Amino acid sequence: MTDDLLGALYARFGYNTLVVLAGTSLLGACAGLVGCFAVLRRRALTGDALAHAALPGLCLAFLVVGERSLPVLLAGAFLVGLLGTTCITLLRRWTRIKEDAAIGVVLSVFFALGLILRLAIQRSPATSDRAGLDAFLLGQAATMKAADVQLVGVAALGCLLVVLLFYKEFRLVAFDPEFAAAQGWPAVRLDLLLMGLIALTVVIGLPAVGVVLIAALLILPGAAARFWTDRLGPMLALAAVFGFCTGLVGSYLSSLFARLPTGPVIILVGTVVFLVSVLFAPRRGAVARALAQRCFRREVEERTLLRVLFDLAEPEWPHAAPILPERILERKAWSGRHLDRVLAAAAADGYLARDPAGHVVLTERGLERALQVVRGHRLWELYLTEYPEQAGATADLGNESVESVLPEDVIAALRARLSDTGRWPGLPGAQHIREAR
Amino acid sequence: MGPDAIPAELPLALRRIIVGVFCSVPCALLGCYLVLRRMSLLGDAISHAVLPGIAVAFLLTGRLTGMPIVLGAMAVGVLTAVLTQTIYRFGNVPEDASLGVVFASLFAVGVILLNRAARGTDLDPDCVLYGRFELTVLETEPVLGLRLPAVLTTMVPTLALTLFFIGVFWKELKVASFDPALASAMGLNATIVHYLLMGMVAAVTVASFEAVGSILVVAMLIVPAATAQLLTDRLGSMLLLASGVAVVAAVFGHLLSAEALFDSQMSAMMAVVAGAQFVLAVLFAPRYGVLSKILRTAQLALRIVAEDVLAALYRAEEARGAPAAAAVPAGWRGRLARWVLRRQGQVTNEAGELRLTAAGRRRAESLVRSHRLWEAYLAENIDLPLDHLHDAAERMEHYVGSELQKELEAELQRPGLDPHGKPIPPSQG
Repeated sequence: MTDDLLGALYARFGYNTLVVLAGTSLLGACAGLVGCFAVLRRRALTGDALAHAALPGLCLAFLVVGERSLPVLLAGAFLVGLLGTTCITLLRRWTRIKEDAAIGVVLSVFFALGLILRLAIQRSPATSDRAGLDAFLLGQAATMKAADVQLVGVAALGCLLVVLLFYKEFRLVAFDPEFAAAQGWPAVRLDLLLMGLIALTVVIGLPAVGVVLIAALLILPGAAARFWTDRLGPMLALAAVFGFCTGLVGSYLSSLFARLPTGPVIILVGTVVFLVSVLFAPRRGAVARALAQRCFRREVEERTLLRVLFDLAEPEWPHAAPILPERILERKAWSGRHLDRVLAAAAADGYLARDPAGHVVLTERGLERALQVVRGHRLWELYLTEYPEQAGATADLGNESVESVLPEDVIAALRARLSDTGRWPGLPGAQHIREAR
Repeated sequence: MGPDAIPAELPLALRRIIVGVFCSVPCALLGCYLVLRRMSLLGDAISHAVLPGIAVAFLLTGRLTGMPIVLGAMAVGVLTAVLTQTIYRFGNVPEDASLGVVFASLFAVGVILLNRAARGTDLDPDCVLYGRFELTVLETEPVLGLRLPAVLTTMVPTLALTLFFIGVFWKELKVASFDPALASAMGLNATIVHYLLMGMVAAVTVASFEAVGSILVVAMLIVPAATAQLLTDRLGSMLLLASGVAVVAAVFGHLLSAEALFDSQMSAMMAVVAGAQFVLAVLFAPRYGVLSKILRTAQLALRIVAEDVLAALYRAEEARGAPAAAAVPAGWRGRLARWVLRRQGQVTNEAGELRLTAAGRRRAESLVRSHRLWEAYLAENIDLPLDHLHDAAERMEHYVGSELQKELEAELQRPGLDPHGKPIPPSQG
């Protein structure tokens, strides 16, 4: 069955395209994985500087060897890229230049040097055709030969394996390097290893994505994965998957448009994945948050309505008289339409009913609920009046009741105070009503 | 001149330099504020993010720049800053990563749009990276009786706008750059100034885009400003120096990229020349340069060794009651120190041994005075055992000048002896 599948794929895409797709998918997975750590260690933009600095490295390597041999070119890119990041570190350490300016200077000046070298190579008749250096600016996966793709694929796989092997150590160093060092882990060497992996990933991404955009491939999958989970393990796995799909779909799409550089297409696919995560991820996504926000607002409105109804009915307690809607508006500045909506929702929940004259009557369920709400509200009110300085430290002010937030004895004291001042509402036979939890 | 006469054309070299100056100076000026506020990379991001707008404009008008686009770019600049903030706050993504996401995606969109738009035209899509400087200086228009490069009709107003912006908001920019909290407390709306600055950065990016492209604009934004930061502490000087660096970059960028020499891209060469000036500043800046710091440290070390020699000679004299030799630090530092002291006339070489001259004795007395006063001060105010006092005083004695000596004396009520019982030499008036 696998043979049939492979056969069908070969027939559809051709061997070359398949190889390129495989290579860029592995690259994407590696970039997603390594990129998570890069972002955690705040190294994302250093990766960008490294990529830009790699351009003169590519050109110099070509001048040294005289032919386009990808391993040599990438080795040159790696070395000069590391030189660039070393310059950044030295600038930070020896001068008053801050990190962002150091990155900017190294990035732009090295890139400019690279452009000059590239032009010199292009203009020289001896070397012009064989350089293929243009492909490295914005990426051109299609110019990669099978051997090149294999190199990229193997290197990406190697990076993946190293990350998996050192997963626990990297996790520790990424989140708390001082603690790791204090515990005896070789934090500096682990950090260097991580930096080396980032550099390697950047460099092997150059043929497919190009100098300008490779840093984004490191950032996007991890940033997208961040919206789906809080835990590092799942986030890494998800980032690798997102990166894999990005590389796959991106290079496939760009193969359909011959003269388009592959880098921007791959990054666009990554951006789409990111945007989808931003909007539609459960819980953290924009849509989910907006829905949750709306739900919460509705709930608060309902509570407020019940409280107001209760306050209005309290003088004739326990007789639940019908209430004019206008009287509610005296206490709560809603528009007429807004009030109608809230009333309708509460009626749907079974808390109240409208009599033929349009007055509002609390049902028994509504009474019980209103009691809960009012008690919770008054406890909060008293607490915040008595201990305003605690309010800042108390986490969940949105909670209906203080029970889940304050200790028992404080609540008992507050309740006693309320009872004394006649502000603790009760229903005859209401002992069965539990306090709101 | 008859009605058919062609207006005079400036020589090519001059045109190149003028275009170079007009696209790099506004960037250098605004870049000073970016560098001071540690926002260089936001400038980098904005210069990439304006690309989709430029592509759309090219689709519509066939030109890469023009005043309407410059104004539209200002909105894009603000948008980029806003988007970055949104992703950072909303998505829990660290600030630098959210910056990377925004500008990379906008740049990718821009490249693809421009690529499609450039089909059938002679526009090289890679020009988004490095511009088409050589072509822009060739496209001229008649202006005021001269044929000037067409791009100047966008660049000159942009420079004027930049100068106007900096002039009008001079105080606000200054305070907001150095102390945003103070700016807000003073009622200056630091946020508005921030977004206006981003808008201006977008505007100069677009104005210079045709000439130098996205990435080299970053060089013009950051490198002259960083160079100036190494050379001065004052904002006004920084702006002037950054502009100077930009002008030099334009001039030498032209000279080095001319056909005779490297026959290269002027935009890239300008960036490299700016980078070379930066390296020179890093090494040789009078106060903040690396070599200057090394030199000053070496001078200090030498002075300390020399003073140690003087103090040792004095103590030897004191012990013997007569001029005497003393153990002197060996090695090349010791020899150098002795040579310097001889040249300063503070020691002489008598019969192969070192002796203090009158001047040397005075200086040594002052040193020993500092040393012993400091010991007395420490003994009085800090509970240190006697044998701990000497080392601390050994270090401090080089930094206690006559002013501090007077203060110590007053504080200690004119002591005659140090804690070890040695006499404190009196001051020389």
